[in-house]
Amino acid sequence: MTEAAISQPNFFQVKKGLFSWIFTLDHKRIGLLYLYSIGTFFLVAAGLGVLMRLELLNPGRDLIDPQTYNQVFTLHGVIMIFLFIIPSIPAVFGNFALPLLLGTDDVAFPRLNLFSWWLYILGAFFALSTLVFGDGPADTGWTFYAPYSVRTGTNVTMSVLAAFILGFSSILTGLNFIVTIHRLRTPGMGFNQMPLFAWSLYATSWIQLLATPVIGITLLMIVAERFFGIGLFDPSIGGDPILYQHLFWIYSHPAVYIMALPAMGIVSEVIPTFAQRTIFGYKAIAYSSMAIAFVGYFVWGHHMFTSGMSGPAAWIFSILTFFVAIPTAVKVFNWVATLYKGSINIEVPLLFALAFIFNFMIGGLTGLVLGALAADVHVHDTYFVVGHFHYVMFGGAGFAFFGALHYWFPKIWGKMYNKKVANISFILLFVGFNVTYFPMLILGIMGMPRRYYDYLPEFTNLNQVSTVGSWVLILGLIIMIINLVVSRRKGEKASSNPWNGITLDWQTTSPPPLHNFDKMPEIPEGGPYNYPDAHQVQKQK
Amino acid sequence: MEHAFVLPNSGHNWDAKSSKMGMWLFLFTELLLFGGLFLVYMVYRALNPDAFLIASFELNVYMGTVNTLVLLTSSMTIAMAITALQKGNVKLAITLSWLTILAAIAFLVIKYFEWGSKFEHGLFPGMDHYDSLPLGERLYFYLYFFMTGLHALHVIVGGIFIGVVIYFMRTGHVNKDKISLLENSGLYWHLVDLIWIYLFPLFYLIH
Repeated sequence: MTEAAISQPNFFQVKKGLFSWIFTLDHKRIGLLYLYSIGTFFLVAAGLGVLMRLELLNPGRDLIDPQTYNQVFTLHGVIMIFLFIIPSIPAVFGNFALPLLLGTDDVAFPRLNLFSWWLYILGAFFALSTLVFGDGPADTGWTFYAPYSVRTGTNVTMSVLAAFILGFSSILTGLNFIVTIHRLRTPGMGFNQMPLFAWSLYATSWIQLLATPVIGITLLMIVAERFFGIGLFDPSIGGDPILYQHLFWIYSHPAVYIMALPAMGIVSEVIPTFAQRTIFGYKAIAYSSMAIAFVGYFVWGHHMFTSGMSGPAAWIFSILTFFVAIPTAVKVFNWVATLYKGSINIEVPLLFALAFIFNFMIGGLTGLVLGALAADVHVHDTYFVVGHFHYVMFGGAGFAFFGALHYWFPKIWGKMYNKKVANISFILLFVGFNVTYFPMLILGIMGMPRRYYDYLPEFTNLNQVSTVGSWVLILGLIIMIINLVVSRRKGEKASSNPWNGITLDWQTTSPPPLHNFDKMPEIPEGGPYNYPDAHQVQKQK
Repeated sequence: MEHAFVLPNSGHNWDAKSSKMGMWLFLFTELLLFGGLFLVYMVYRALNPDAFLIASFELNVYMGTVNTLVLLTSSMTIAMAITALQKGNVKLAITLSWLTILAAIAFLVIKYFEWGSKFEHGLFPGMDHYDSLPLGERLYFYLYFFMTGLHALHVIVGGIFIGVVIYFMRTGHVNKDKISLLENSGLYWHLVDLIWIYLFPLFYLIH
């Protein structure tokens, strides 16, 4: 099929200049605004992570003092969680791709969408301002546990207000996506015909909408307690610190599903495309997203097993934690079944999707260890936890983000990235990641506590392995970013459908025109991933 | 540059149902926001039942009742405004909307006097009388100020929202066929009213 002469300018060309970007109403540009801002903060937080690993290269002081170390890991956590992972896939790829996947030309509330981005920037500004004022960034850990968060002289208030503003941004994005998915699907595309990334965004948006306000008000209570010293949470004046923990984790546990579900949605898009086969068990994957969102509201207590809860409360939270793992396992089986007898096309997006499955399996299984009461007592607040959550959040959601970046790269910029360099960066990332974080699982079982500036001599070797791993990881990250940045300008021109995908996003030009489609998109018959028989495609090649 | 092809399901077609759905979703978030405070209230009242009762005697039940009636009436006037506009009576809709704003102002004035009398008795966190109270009573007053304060903020926002809608009714931007903004402002107002309906018995009518 020859590429017809472009009848319209693409969405980059319609208007130029900074103001046309920061006042844009185009969901594609807003997605990119998020990409650039989120990417910047990710690098800042990654730098903080490298600094932490450098400090942990040897026992005792290497580079920074204990107080600074506490501030570094707090800021690392706050930026990574609130400025990177929670917004990342929904704000970047949800914004860019959801309307395309649904066959529409924008989200339901474009101006609200822009406002969400401005709120994001405002929140980021608040978070980073803690670096310059007074006693510096908070040193409480990203969890801001009372009573320390109420009493410490560091900039808790600014950090917490930053999180509040960012929460608002998240809520409005969720609201926008829910209405978009309900109201703007192309004619003929029912809920059970929409791509699975849309389903995952739907489930995620409900969590964003319903869970975030609870942490919003909790954070306001922390600010009020710092100003008025009431005694809601500070036990020395009659408050209850466990109440804070409950309020905090009632949001923060569902928040991890905000991070995980869109990532799983990406995997559900990438695998059918690179197996050239319809997804195995579409409904199971779709409904499992909703199941994870739902059950995820009831497990928050598993972060508090050692805070003194009753036996019955503990085992109820534990059993529910085991339940929430089941829908995830369903997805993994279905993804693998999709690959079986598919016409596999090994490309970097698929590599990231496979890495997701590998990393998320480790992360998920270690999560079950933490969910088991007796085991948790041993590993709670150790490096086992740190390893666990980096496996799911970084090895899982982070890698899915990188995969999505490569998957939609040609669609966004109309160019192809350098595949050889991309493969190299993937290998460095995958190896570096595992060398950095697997030792942490062992260190945790051996007893090394988390958030500690120093450690016992017997933990030295594994810490050094981990730090070296972090250097490989960073190298992979840098190479990946350079590859993508250079390929944006100098890459080979990409067609509208370089992966032979069948979802609606591939039915328009690369880059798309401003209003997404030049003609009515055609939904595949029988399902969103209904590829013609894989063997036929192979013969055609 | 003009583009010839427009999707039937375009996101740029303003849509009443989407707009209403969006407002309802936003209301859920507001409920959850206040929900966190109600949860904290429940916990500390369960732990300090006597203190909460004693502290509640400081509040003026009459002023609270008047405020409740004021807000209930204002919910009625905004609902009537919507019906009026649905029937094409713009003037009546505008008048009723102004009455709603008047009720909001009345609510805030009464609140001003209520809070003022608390300050006079030194009952705000940080003041002498407050600091001398037992913990349970201090928690009560802290939650009282926090929750009624946050609520008052929402009354102000709701009032401004209705004010903006009045302006649009006058310019014709909001009319019988494009009534969503008025309806959504009414929904928001009903939420503000509803939250007060819960605050009132919890603070004023403890037994």
